[in-house]
Amino acid sequence: MLSFLGRRLLQIIPTLFFVSILIFSLQQLLPGDPALVMAGEERDPEIIARIRAEYHFDDPIPIQYIHWMKGVLTGDLGESLRIKVPVTELIKQKLPVTLQLASMAMIIALLIGIPAGVISAVKKGTAWDYAANAFSLWGISTPNFWLGIMLIFLFSIQLGWLPASGYVSLRENWQASLASTILPAFVLGNAISAIFMRHTRSAMLEVMESDYIRTARAKGASEPKVIIEHALRNALTPVITLGALELGTLLSGAVLTEQIFSIPGFGKLIVDAVFNRDYLVVQGVVLVTATTYITLNLIADVFYVLVNPRLRS
Amino acid sequence: MTDTTLQAPIAAKPASRLDSPAGRALQNLFERPSAVIGLAIIVVFVGLAVFAPFVAPYDPVATSWSLVRKAPSAAHWFGTDELGRDILSRVIFGTRASLSAGVISVSIAVAIGVPLGLLAGYRGGFVDALISRITDAMLACPALILAIALAAFLGPSLGNAMIAIGITATPIFIRLTRGQAINVKVENYIEAAEAIGNSSLRIALRHVLPNVVPALLVQITLSIAGAIIAEAALSFLGLGQQPPAPSWGSMLNSAQRFLVSAPWMAVWPGLSIFLIVMSFNLLGDGLRDALDPREQ
Repeated sequence: MLSFLGRRLLQIIPTLFFVSILIFSLQQLLPGDPALVMAGEERDPEIIARIRAEYHFDDPIPIQYIHWMKGVLTGDLGESLRIKVPVTELIKQKLPVTLQLASMAMIIALLIGIPAGVISAVKKGTAWDYAANAFSLWGISTPNFWLGIMLIFLFSIQLGWLPASGYVSLRENWQASLASTILPAFVLGNAISAIFMRHTRSAMLEVMESDYIRTARAKGASEPKVIIEHALRNALTPVITLGALELGTLLSGAVLTEQIFSIPGFGKLIVDAVFNRDYLVVQGVVLVTATTYITLNLIADVFYVLVNPRLRS
Repeated sequence: MTDTTLQAPIAAKPASRLDSPAGRALQNLFERPSAVIGLAIIVVFVGLAVFAPFVAPYDPVATSWSLVRKAPSAAHWFGTDELGRDILSRVIFGTRASLSAGVISVSIAVAIGVPLGLLAGYRGGFVDALISRITDAMLACPALILAIALAAFLGPSLGNAMIAIGITATPIFIRLTRGQAINVKVENYIEAAEAIGNSSLRIALRHVLPNVVPALLVQITLSIAGAIIAEAALSFLGLGQQPPAPSWGSMLNSAQRFLVSAPWMAVWPGLSIFLIVMSFNLLGDGLRDALDPREQ
């Protein structure tokens, strides 16, 4: 197990290195002089010279990369050019909001996707199966920004049950916080629940054909017991592991969802940074997202090996 | 003694097009109602995109102050928007941006991803390790976030959005082609082709690539669905198609501001995105099943 962990950790080093190069290269895509572009409306030569010196724009690109990397490794992602706050500080402020939204979305996705997948597999070929498959097709084909707009129209404008936008933190008022995040969390969880449903269905179909399920039935175990205690328990392992990989989808989805519901999280931070031409914030957000994603991949892999004795040996 | 009678030899059936693997796969595909529905909806949308100037009832960018935010009526089936433009005409013309973004960005991804995947899978060694690590790095960045970052740095336009989406879709094609190439290169016929002195390029193009095509076709179809959503998302954020040119994503963006007074503005562009994406997903799922040898 330790050697697997060591090997896996060694593997992510080159990946992280290439991620850093990829994100650093974004800066090179800026048309013209990056210092001029970063200065925005400010045409003061002193400010432009300061930006050029601070980010080593006069140095060769590999040297610029080394300076940038030194900052990244010491937790310094630069400073927002617009609001003059360190990028790390901004990310620290916004990340908990997105994490709350993502956790709620994941819970919703699990609560819908897994039962739908189980029913679809157990009732294969029936109307239930077709309904669950139609639901999954709906989930993966619906753009979440459209779903968000439609839900605002229904639940906020027509019925007046939930706020259309804004965010209240959990510490401030947990009820208001849930009310402000339930719609965006549902929008985010919708697509993931469809993916969970597909994974659960195929894992359950495979498990239900196993010998031990036949044995459990032969020993007289009731059908709910066979499905829940024997089949689902084993089918859930790959589902949960694959679910961890959906974090990327959640973070991508959060960008649009937070924009629609005016939630001041990670997604809104990157969109606002794009429009303010605050490129260091954009780079910082992409870097943190990619690193989180790689770490979660690693945890998912380790978890998969831990719960699967055959892989452990 | 027993009489033995020889039966007349069975006449060989003339080879029909359906006897080829492609023909059988096509027949399999058309036996799946969901795939046929998907294909039919795609054909309708392609028709709308091609013949948009003849099908659309009005000029999609013509504004009229007397027609601002009018509800659906006999004159304007889908209603009008905040500048008095006909929504049906804008939805029809918007098909062009969505479909072209889907097809062009996936073409970019295929044009970069397939040769790199072939190279990595067929060559192996350091080249494979290098290409694989770059692929891992790209896959580690959530696609839409990377596309937003790329589009932001390149500048907002439909062309740049297509490039950004194409680049973010590339690693999937590299990984897919590499995997297939690794499987195929150990086959006897590849060894035979090498033994008779074929060049690596010829082997890769003539013997390895054709084996990758079925899996590629499925991925291309599903990726077009993803690219259409990504284009709509970028246009929704203002990083794709620029006004006044119509795009479903930017139409939804303006619709959001008038949800109370003109909710119909949000219905049609969203429904169009849903329909076309669902159709590509149905076709992709159908293709996957039709091309699966076990199904044949």
